Amino acid sequence: MGSGGFVCDFKVMDFAMRLHINGICHSYDQVEALRDIEFGIEPGEIVALIGPSGCGKSTLLSIIGGLLKPTSGKVLMCDQATPDGCLNPLTYVFQDFALLPWRTVAGNISLVLEDHPLGKAEREARIAEVLAQTNLADFAGAYPKQLSGGMKQRVGIARALAVRPAVLLMDEPLSALDAQTRILLLDEFAALFVRTGMTAVYVTHNLNEAVRLAHRVVALRRRPGTIKAIHSIDIPIDQRVEGMPELVAHQNALWDLIRDEAIAADKELDHVA
Amino acid sequence: MSRDIEAGASRVRFRATGFNPRANPLAAWGSFVVVIALWQLGSSTGFISELAMPSPVAVASALWKLIISGDLWRHLSASLQRLFGGWIIGTVAGLAVGFLVGMFSWARSPGVAMVSALFPIPKIALLPLFIIWFGIGEPSKFATIAFGVFFPTVINTFGGVDNVARNLIRMGQSFDMPMMSIVRKIILPGALPTILSGFRISSSIAIILLIAAEMIGAQYGIGAFILAAGNLYQTDQLIAGVVVLSLLGLCVSWLLGRLDRWLLAWR
Ligand SMILES: Nc1ncnc2c1ncn2[C@@H]1O[C@H](COP(=O)(O)OP(=O)(O)O)[C@@H](O)[C@H]1O
Ligand SMILES: [Mg+2]
Repeated sequence: MGSGGFVCDFKVMDFAMRLHINGICHSYDQVEALRDIEFGIEPGEIVALIGPSGCGKSTLLSIIGGLLKPTSGKVLMCDQATPDGCLNPLTYVFQDFALLPWRTVAGNISLVLEDHPLGKAEREARIAEVLAQTNLADFAGAYPKQLSGGMKQRVGIARALAVRPAVLLMDEPLSALDAQTRILLLDEFAALFVRTGMTAVYVTHNLNEAVRLAHRVVALRRRPGTIKAIHSIDIPIDQRVEGMPELVAHQNALWDLIRDEAIAADKELDHVA
Repeated sequence: MSRDIEAGASRVRFRATGFNPRANPLAAWGSFVVVIALWQLGSSTGFISELAMPSPVAVASALWKLIISGDLWRHLSASLQRLFGGWIIGTVAGLAVGFLVGMFSWARSPGVAMVSALFPIPKIALLPLFIIWFGIGEPSKFATIAFGVFFPTVINTFGGVDNVARNLIRMGQSFDMPMMSIVRKIILPGALPTILSGFRISSSIAIILLIAAEMIGAQYGIGAFILAAGNLYQTDQLIAGVVVLSLLGLCVSWLLGRLDRWLLAWR
């Protein structure tokens, strides 16, 4: 498939995609994790990746963000419309938060700004801004061990926002949290996406999260991971409400889609989370 | 009513006793007082022979004489110079090699192989070789101590680097942090707890090697002093020297404790 020209064609066709996942295959030593993954992510779109444990969601997200080299295929990034002051176009939010325990909340955010040519004043302004956006202003001097899981993930979000990313890559950001905190943060994520018009790839195994946040849901099947279906949800995110019948219908449709895979994954002997 | 329930019922026994020792500073100091008092009692009553084991009072007076004559400082300063010099050389070299082995594939296998081969050698066995290389003076003692400190430091450092959570390093990479920043801001602080606990091991190894090296060939130094006192059957001076060593060890571990608390305050 034509590589560089591919992106430009889309541009010419005024069908510009920010990211194009282009024939990605990946194998770990013996295991074929992904085969022929192909889809595009448009600016401002939230794409959820769902599928049972071990189907290659994390692998795909690592490849998209350039943390893992695919066996073949490539991810193309169309360099239009990066936000003002963007320091790191593809930015992760991690399931386990990945905060440095020896730095305070503000220090953890500062960490990702320090290597960029920002003045001290601008750096502090950015830190203050993202702390305010994530309701963490009172916790700037706290250490991660003093924070609840939900607060830690808010720091993870604040750190990601501080570099003004073009695309947020989120790997099960709510999976390490308790159920109540998940509900709270899910609402905050929805509000954030609506407010910023952010592009995001959101990995989850929770269908409720997927239907609340995503414009499109990419369902993977396993061994090897291939795309089973791409499911669009055309309700604007700010109009989605927990438990509304349309969402429940979408959720059930998704469940029918991946149910067999989930059952197979459950019966798997050598289980890898 | 409650009577009826209690009749024929047996109370649940509390089972989670023990396995929870608590600290008691009073008992800690008290144990010293008791041991020294018993020792003095044994010496005063003649139960403990003065030649084999001088009384605490005799040891204290020997120590006092050493202090006022200035001999103590002459020996102690010679020892401290060797101890710190050797320890610093070995530690700096060990940290450098440890980081290389911990971070780079090209250094990993050769480094681990060399360290595994050389670590088991009792370093004091190499002193004669160092004396041939560097002469009987200070350099051979520095070399012995540095060599002894080097290997445990390498092992601890690369163990510490290995134990830095991979996800934190990936996080740094995902934010495009430059290599040096990742080393300085993520790997170094992450490895620091292990490195500092390695300092306790390497400092006690350094003291052992210091005394051994001084006993083999030195004019001044606590080791030389203890050996000379033993040769002259001056057991009071000998024990005084040992007490100084014990205090030295306590000082070192106190300093390392302060360093821990200062550098690892976030824990
Ligand atoms: N570092 C690795 N080495 C070998 N196999 C791996 C590694 N990481 C993941 N895998 C395998 O690749 C498959 C996909 O894993 P992963 O992307 O973590 O799935 P998911 O995130 O959907 O649960 C799994 O079968 C897993 O066993
Ligand atoms: Mg995963």
